[in-house]
Amino acid sequence: MFYREAGQYKASYQADQAIFPIAQDRIVVVALLAVAFLVVPFVVSEYTYRAVLIPVVILSLAAIGLNVLMGYCGQVSLGSGAFMAVGAYAAFNLSVRLPFLNPFVCILLGGFVAAGVGIAFGVPSLRIKGFYLACATLAAQFFADWAFLRIKWFTNYTPSGSVNAPPLQAFGYDLSSPTANYLVSLVFAVVLGLAAKNIVRGHVGRQWMAIRDMDIAAEIIGVRPMYAKLTAFAVSSFLIGVAGGLWAFVYLGSWEPAAFSIDRSFQLMFMVIIGGLGSILGSVLGAAFIVLLPIFLNQALPPLGALFGWKISTATVSHFESMIFGALIVFFLIVEPHGLARLWSVAKEKLRLWPFPH
Amino acid sequence: MTRTRSFNEVLLAVENISLSFGGVKALSDISFDIAKGEIRAIIGPNGAGKSSMLNCINGFYHPQQGAITYKGVRRSQMRPHQAAEQGIGRTFQNIALFRGMSTLDNIMTGRNLRMKTGLFWQALRIGPAAREEIEHRKVVEHIIDFLEIQHIRKVPVGQLPYGLQKRVELGRALAAQPELLLLDEPMAGMNIEEKQDMCRFVLDVNDEFGTTICLIEHDMGVVMDISDRVVVLDYGKKIGDGVPDEIKGNQAVIDAYLGVSH
Amino acid sequence: MAFFLEVLIGGLLAGVLYSLVALGFVLIFKASGVFNFAQGAMVLTAALALVRTLDIAQKEWHWPFGLALAAGFAFAAVVMAVIAWAAERMVLRKLVNQEGIILFMATIGMTFFIEGLAQTLFGADVYPLNIGLPKEPVFILESVFDGGILVNELDIWAAVIAGLLVAGLALFFQRTRIGRALRAVADDHAAAQSVGIPLNQIWFIVWLVAGLVALVAGAVWGSKLGVQFSLSLLALKALPVLILGGFTSVPGAIIGGLIIGAGEKLAEVFVGPSMGGGIEIWFAYVLALLFLLVRPQGLFGERIIERV
Repeated sequence: MFYREAGQYKASYQADQAIFPIAQDRIVVVALLAVAFLVVPFVVSEYTYRAVLIPVVILSLAAIGLNVLMGYCGQVSLGSGAFMAVGAYAAFNLSVRLPFLNPFVCILLGGFVAAGVGIAFGVPSLRIKGFYLACATLAAQFFADWAFLRIKWFTNYTPSGSVNAPPLQAFGYDLSSPTANYLVSLVFAVVLGLAAKNIVRGHVGRQWMAIRDMDIAAEIIGVRPMYAKLTAFAVSSFLIGVAGGLWAFVYLGSWEPAAFSIDRSFQLMFMVIIGGLGSILGSVLGAAFIVLLPIFLNQALPPLGALFGWKISTATVSHFESMIFGALIVFFLIVEPHGLARLWSVAKEKLRLWPFPH
Repeated sequence: MTRTRSFNEVLLAVENISLSFGGVKALSDISFDIAKGEIRAIIGPNGAGKSSMLNCINGFYHPQQGAITYKGVRRSQMRPHQAAEQGIGRTFQNIALFRGMSTLDNIMTGRNLRMKTGLFWQALRIGPAAREEIEHRKVVEHIIDFLEIQHIRKVPVGQLPYGLQKRVELGRALAAQPELLLLDEPMAGMNIEEKQDMCRFVLDVNDEFGTTICLIEHDMGVVMDISDRVVVLDYGKKIGDGVPDEIKGNQAVIDAYLGVSH
Repeated sequence: MAFFLEVLIGGLLAGVLYSLVALGFVLIFKASGVFNFAQGAMVLTAALALVRTLDIAQKEWHWPFGLALAAGFAFAAVVMAVIAWAAERMVLRKLVNQEGIILFMATIGMTFFIEGLAQTLFGADVYPLNIGLPKEPVFILESVFDGGILVNELDIWAAVIAGLLVAGLALFFQRTRIGRALRAVADDHAAAQSVGIPLNQIWFIVWLVAGLVALVAGAVWGSKLGVQFSLSLLALKALPVLILGGFTSVPGAIIGGLIIGAGEKLAEVFVGPSMGGGIEIWFAYVLALLFLLVRPQGLFGERIIERV
């Protein structure tokens, strides 16, 4: 009824290639952004910021980064935690060694460092595929775990091994309040997310998808596999690295290497699979889902267990979480490899016809 | 329709190519040439080495012996994407489309070689990146019109029927505006009507764009009708080469197809 | 020299354990083309099922040790059979003809499911496991070196068990009807099906055999380190082992395991201190990565010819 595109004619290729070609979509997106920027800061509690909104926003960005590599270019990575760590520690070192730099500039530069490291680890992947790449990225993960723990220069010789972010400020404004943290993260995520969307719908993105869908055919029509994979690695690591910097500076404040362990890598991978391989929107949905589900389980399971007279400990909840994630991964891979994003577009198809059955 | 056209300029020459996998000889001492502007067919029974021949021409296989001269340049080894950069396009025996992408995106990928804007402009998608996208979209829409596939522009190719997929694959190869187009069994598994369409497209491509075409095909009727010259392979050896009428009368070719014992 | 040998032998014996896990990977990869990430979770689950049954049978039901041990192994084997059945029925069958990478990710999902389930059912503490293997350190070659070389008796037993297991598997594959069917399936799924080999049944058997290999690995490893969650992480080391040995080769898994085991111990002891220590956690992966650049198909893997 309301979601109709009849009567919306596209008179130019430009209009047809717009990011949201349907007018209703544009309205919804603008409204959502307005709510996120203008309404949320006035109504949300500090707990919601810390437990939900900031993690969802930052991890969405990381998930978009991983989706570029996995969903668009078809290269499995089990080491995204490592690239978050590289971004975080690079930003930290820049802020320590070049104290005149604004912390947010450090975060951005940290992204570039992560892109460089990503390329370095991506080079072996030129020759290898599939599981082999998974192993190469695991190497990156374990190497980063070790390097940031044992190589003291990276942590500026702090005795505890834990490091602190510089005070967050820009143009003389203090940005350490939860609202400011949230808004800053949101700006990063929206701007970089939009950039990622633009890249994946341009010729570079098509190159990645060509490599993903059939690398031999891609090469025969002139895609250079090396260049395509390396750009995917670089863009992906850049986004993940920036997310890592934000996670460390904005969300954690002070952190240890364990914040970017292999568990983080798996978490991001789940976001991408559940949200939808090859979808920017899916990355965001996946991040929200993976952040919210444990919160929900923690709230819901103990009372539910009490109904049956079971005492459910936090450890049990985390085991349940692991089971549910595992089952969902298998479920989505079997039933809907394009994840929540695909469910969303099916819902939109239905909405187009609503309230009529056909 | 029998066509007699004459061509002077050699676009690609294959000299004494031999290729083997382990102990299996796929091609032995093959020589032939492809003239600029002609439609050249490669025929032969299954396993004769036809696809291997195409794979050598576009750099996917590297022959152990012999050389390929393309546009006057002899080359020993090259990667497939270099062949593409030099203007050799190709379709495959088993459809090799990018299944996760739409028809439009598949054909746009064919323009990839000519799209140059860097990541930065891509990320912003304004200025040069936006202009480039529109410019190439126009070319691609022209190909879509030419192949009469407007209605499936936005459909993921994985959902298309076989005949249309073949057509999209041709479109993707055409999008690169190749000088030499290699078609590996473009009509295999099609019904009469689809075959007629495909023949028309092949002839039109040759006429309108002046593209040189080298095709592998099993349907003798089609081959004899549309090709200017035919080369015949059997067990990796060349057993015939000439205009369709010569091939029809060639005893070695008749034997190969009727299965005379060697 | 004696110290070097001591480290080398210790590393080789630890490598045997990696080989045991890698073996499970190879079996499944050969027969179904699936890279089974869940092998580590299967090791953990088997070990948990074994140790918990053993504990309960001994402490609560007061069964004699031998009987309790048999019950433990029997129950763990049943658990492995259930996992094999569920994997075939609920995952593999539904993902037939999908790309390897999708199946790989599905096994990652299975990993998390199995780990969560196993820890919910059997508990998540550290459980010491005693299956009757001696654990005393012993000195060998005392006549050659002053003071001899210190090795752990348990490690030697582990090597013996691994050897027996490999011999048993080799016999099973070469001499039995099922073994022949397995090899046929490994060569070509469709062809095997067309001569009447039931693919689903074969997959179940392969997963079961891999599960039993996991049980043996879990029993030996659990005796050495105690049964705990980290068993499933140690299993990740099988990845570099496979890259070294090749994904389809049983001897490759064994030799790869030995190289990784020895290599990382030697590196830790002789190179580690100059790098701040703890390089064991990444050495195997980086070694495998460098190896990839030289020989992508592994020591014993088959060369891949691509066709279009």
